[in-house]
Amino acid sequence: MARNDSRDWAIEAQGLVKRFDGVTAVDGVDLRVPQGAIYGILGPNGAGKTTTLRMLLGIIDPDAGMRRVLGSERPHDMAHAIGYLPEERGLYPSMKAFEAIGFLGALRGLPQAEGRRRGRILMEKHGLGHLADRQIRQMSKGQAQQVQLLGTLVHAPQLVVFDEPFSGLDAINQGRLETMIRELAAGGTTVIFSTHVIAHAERMCDEVAIIAGGRVPFAGPVDVARDRIAPQVRLETARVEGAWRAAIPAEARCDLRSDGGAFWYFSLPDSGIEPLLRALIEGEAGILSLSIERGGLHDAFVAIAGEAVAQAMNTTQPEDAQ
Amino acid sequence: MSAPNPTQRTGRLSTLAAAFVIARRDFVAILWSRSFIFFLLGPLFPLIVGGLAGGVGSEIRHSAERPQLGMVLAGDDIDALLTAQKALAPHLDSLPELVVVRRLKPGESADPAAALHDTGTNGGNLAAILSGSAAHPVLTGPKGRIIDWQGSVSILSARATGHGPDAFPQVALAPTATSTADQATGRLVTAQGAQTLLFLLIMLLAGMVLSNLVEEKGNKIIEVLAAAIPMDAVFLGKLFAMLAVSLVGISVWAATIGGVHLIGGGQTLQSLPTPAVGWPLFVALGIVYFSMGYLLLGSVFLTVGSMASTVREVQTLSMPVTMMQLLVFFFATYAMAHQGTPTEYAAIAFPFSSPFTMLARAAIHGEIWPHLAALGWQVLCVAVFVRGGAHIFRRRVMQSGPQGARGQKRRLWSILRGRQAG
Repeated sequence: MARNDSRDWAIEAQGLVKRFDGVTAVDGVDLRVPQGAIYGILGPNGAGKTTTLRMLLGIIDPDAGMRRVLGSERPHDMAHAIGYLPEERGLYPSMKAFEAIGFLGALRGLPQAEGRRRGRILMEKHGLGHLADRQIRQMSKGQAQQVQLLGTLVHAPQLVVFDEPFSGLDAINQGRLETMIRELAAGGTTVIFSTHVIAHAERMCDEVAIIAGGRVPFAGPVDVARDRIAPQVRLETARVEGAWRAAIPAEARCDLRSDGGAFWYFSLPDSGIEPLLRALIEGEAGILSLSIERGGLHDAFVAIAGEAVAQAMNTTQPEDAQ
Repeated sequence: MSAPNPTQRTGRLSTLAAAFVIARRDFVAILWSRSFIFFLLGPLFPLIVGGLAGGVGSEIRHSAERPQLGMVLAGDDIDALLTAQKALAPHLDSLPELVVVRRLKPGESADPAAALHDTGTNGGNLAAILSGSAAHPVLTGPKGRIIDWQGSVSILSARATGHGPDAFPQVALAPTATSTADQATGRLVTAQGAQTLLFLLIMLLAGMVLSNLVEEKGNKIIEVLAAAIPMDAVFLGKLFAMLAVSLVGISVWAATIGGVHLIGGGQTLQSLPTPAVGWPLFVALGIVYFSMGYLLLGSVFLTVGSMASTVREVQTLSMPVTMMQLLVFFFATYAMAHQGTPTEYAAIAFPFSSPFTMLARAAIHGEIWPHLAALGWQVLCVAVFVRGGAHIFRRRVMQSGPQGARGQKRRLWSILRGRQAG
């Protein structure tokens, strides 16, 4: 991976490798996250998302490879400019909410008093003011999650990392979180989140890294991922046989109609739409309808990571998308 | 939700500043918890039990440790001996207490051994029987006891038969603070006492560190900490928080015990054998060596405890940890008895026994520079242990997914068995 000016990238990683007890969890991951982008790390459970994030944040060290976060190869040196919400949320149960936010800020270099002051303001702003003096143990799981989320942002970080942020949130709070992520990015903050729910990544991300089996087969803009697969053609013809059939790829799927016609599904040939149209018209295929659809991120994911990985994600998707 | 409006960007925390954030949180959390009251009251229970046991024991000793010498003699001899005892008692502390067991009539005889074993005679407090006559006394009783009383009975008999001294010149006393022999013995006693106190305090308090990371692991906040600050700072902060809590506890206990002692008219430090470096420096060194011993053992306990994932595992680890502390203590005690030998130097060099050995040394030898060197060495060891512990924790515990959780127990056992997992 060629390295550009580090000021352009919130995160650069090259050849990251991590092994646990002889098992390779991450196997040569390359990433470049542009500053100010919303970046998704997409993959099924056990793909290596959390381990990659932990290496990027300095929680664990890679066995091999290079990482540079906000220009520093030592992530803890930039901890004051980073916010992190781990997948497994946790706060000290005996702390009051505003104290917990202040403590999370203090860990990132914010003076405790200022952190507590901001904590109260943030809680008021997000409709949680009445909970500010309540102990974490007296809160619901959802309320505690929101407190931790505010604690992640209390020091106004330049880079925010969320590990499976939508996990465990109801639909309303998922929507609120999406809005907040967009607002953060609009304010110039770089947001990275991992998810195994493709829909979230497709809706929100400027760029994604698809991770499977500890490797990253694709990293880049969502549009580029979609371009990895050819547009899908859906054709409805009045006839089934004719010279025009030569223009249709041999692997095309055909659903016969009772009136002698047929539906055809196939990827758009590399030659484009015009030669295809010409062959159909000149061959008198009897075109009843024709549509060309660009593939979604899910299709791209299947094409890039493989059907098996996509199925693994689909099996976990309903539970976490609730 | 919307993002907060920043008014102040933050700056990078140094390791010490980050450790302070952790220490402050832990210290305040412990001090404000209800359980801290029980922590402070904890040592009172053994003190109360010890006090009660001591009182009862003292009462038993009081009655049992005043052995009496029973007399089975002719009436004249008994009267003469009692008169002699009354005259000599102010001048000789070692005279036995005489009690009349039986006044013999002229021509009558009695078995002194039988009289000695007749518990009904004098409440069973007779240690020996004096028989025969004042001029020819016979002592019957356990060998050690009658040998002890042989001289005293001889003086009593001499006085009773008119051969004892009549005048007792007043002997003037010129006390000195101590003799060379007393000083050496006293310092050794001080060294031993200080070493034992240091061991007891560290054993009672350092064990608490074992479970110190269980809370963070249990409520998942450990990952937030590990992402924000170096793990060294987490370890250091936790150690210093527990050390501060321990010092608060010790201060309260010392003030309470000292206050009660002074009110009760007990001895002050000046009345105890003075350590070679003097009391003020010795107390200061005691606090410093307690801190170093606590940090050294605590850093190891914290590391071992951090491998445990449940309180039950921590409890299981407590026993071998206590045994390890006992071994260290015995080593340091053995070294104290072998001053100036390679054993003592080994105990000074071995980090865990170093504080115990050096505190004993402060009681016996007056040089200061060895303490500076030892403290430097101990600080270095604390730094190495904390860094090593943090490194092990990051490598072995901070993993993700079920593989990490599954591997954790295996790794704990691997550490206990002294080999690396996988």
